[in-house]
Amino acid sequence: MSDFDWGIIARSSAFLAEGMALSALLVLVATVGGLILGFGLALMRLSSHRWLSVPASTYVTVMRTLPLVLVLFWFYFLVPLAIGRPVGSLTSALLAFVLFEAAFYCEIVRAGISNVRHGQSDAGLATGLRRAQVLRLIILPQALRAMMPLILNQIVIVFQDTSLVYVVSLHDFLTAASVVASRDGRATEMYALVAVVYLVICLGTTKAAEFYRKGLPS
Amino acid sequence: MNYRWDWSILFKDTYMGWLWSGLLWTVIISLASWAVALMVGLLAGTARSSPSRGARLLAGLYIDVFRNVPPLVQLFLWYFVLPEVVPDSFGLWLKRDLPYPEVVTAVVAIGLFAGSRVAEQVRAGIDAVGAPLMPAALATGLRPAQAYRLIVLPLGLRAIVGPLTSEFLITVKLSSLSLTIGVLELTAQSRHVENYTFQGFEAFTFATIGYLVIGLCVTGLMRFIDIRIGGAALRKTPA
Repeated sequence: MSDFDWGIIARSSAFLAEGMALSALLVLVATVGGLILGFGLALMRLSSHRWLSVPASTYVTVMRTLPLVLVLFWFYFLVPLAIGRPVGSLTSALLAFVLFEAAFYCEIVRAGISNVRHGQSDAGLATGLRRAQVLRLIILPQALRAMMPLILNQIVIVFQDTSLVYVVSLHDFLTAASVVASRDGRATEMYALVAVVYLVICLGTTKAAEFYRKGLPS
Repeated sequence: MNYRWDWSILFKDTYMGWLWSGLLWTVIISLASWAVALMVGLLAGTARSSPSRGARLLAGLYIDVFRNVPPLVQLFLWYFVLPEVVPDSFGLWLKRDLPYPEVVTAVVAIGLFAGSRVAEQVRAGIDAVGAPLMPAALATGLRPAQAYRLIVLPLGLRAIVGPLTSEFLITVKLSSLSLTIGVLELTAQSRHVENYTFQGFEAFTFATIGYLVIGLCVTGLMRFIDIRIGGAALRKTPA
């Protein structure tokens, strides 16, 4: 048990940092893309037209029932087929993440919007604002404040989810560490490091979200 | 798009055999992990709301650590690291003599991750539904331990059957992670069929429908429990 070599971390730090950069890129694209698409899906789900709400809720239900690993395989297989030429696995993974996480962001946005009391939009309409204005000026500012902790929470989950690109051999933080681990036979050191880094980042963000939630007027 | 459809591969003995055995492993791993998650979650969740400071801290530590390390990393820690850091004889046993080492490891890893999530639900149920009944229970003459065991805990648990549905579904989805350590469950087998036949559409469609059906079964089962004894039943009882 004395033959741990923690120097391996320093020696592979540049390679690990590249992996972390890819993880960060995935989180960023999945969150921005997922929020935009999720927002559209949420408006569709809340619509009174069934031809809008039914497809959106079906989409969300299906995505939420499938494992992300399967969704990654689906896109890894489908995207080159749809485009008609081979593309890197990064493109497929980014698309898969945006479309997958959109289902989860949709539910957060939908809950946020439907938690703003109905009277508010009635009152807004009565003052002569148009529907879009009511949404933008009255509902969204209140909904966003309530959604913030949930969005932060989801970002933590997305960050944890990015480790799954391991299955399509993209070098995110975990995969980079596992490459070093198997190349140098240093599994203990590398996976311990990975666990601690994820723990610190995720726990920190979770605690920040809790702190923010406590500060909110209920 | 240039694709040759061939749904018949799903009915060829070899591939159908792979896919069904994958489905079976997914169900086995999901159920076993869920059993672990329920036991651990119940224990940690009640410890979290116990009067003992030590128990609360320990359960809180478990929940914080296991919720905040990605499940795939946890799986690798159990599979690659644990046998190296335990005493040699136990490490050898893990590597050589443990039956179905990959499946057992996956069940432990997924179960403990899901357990930390279940624990949070248990605590929430006790805090929101059970704990407020404590004064009334004490007023009827029950001792604190009795009040906790007979009133606070059962009513708190009945209230969280609904929220536990999504934890169960998450556990089913997590079972797919076991393919990274070589378990041939549903997702792995569909990939396997794709690699052999290049009929990815058909293979992944099978897996997709498999997960949707399992999801429907889980939702239906949990709703049945909820209506019989869970939160839905609690709300119906006259006040």
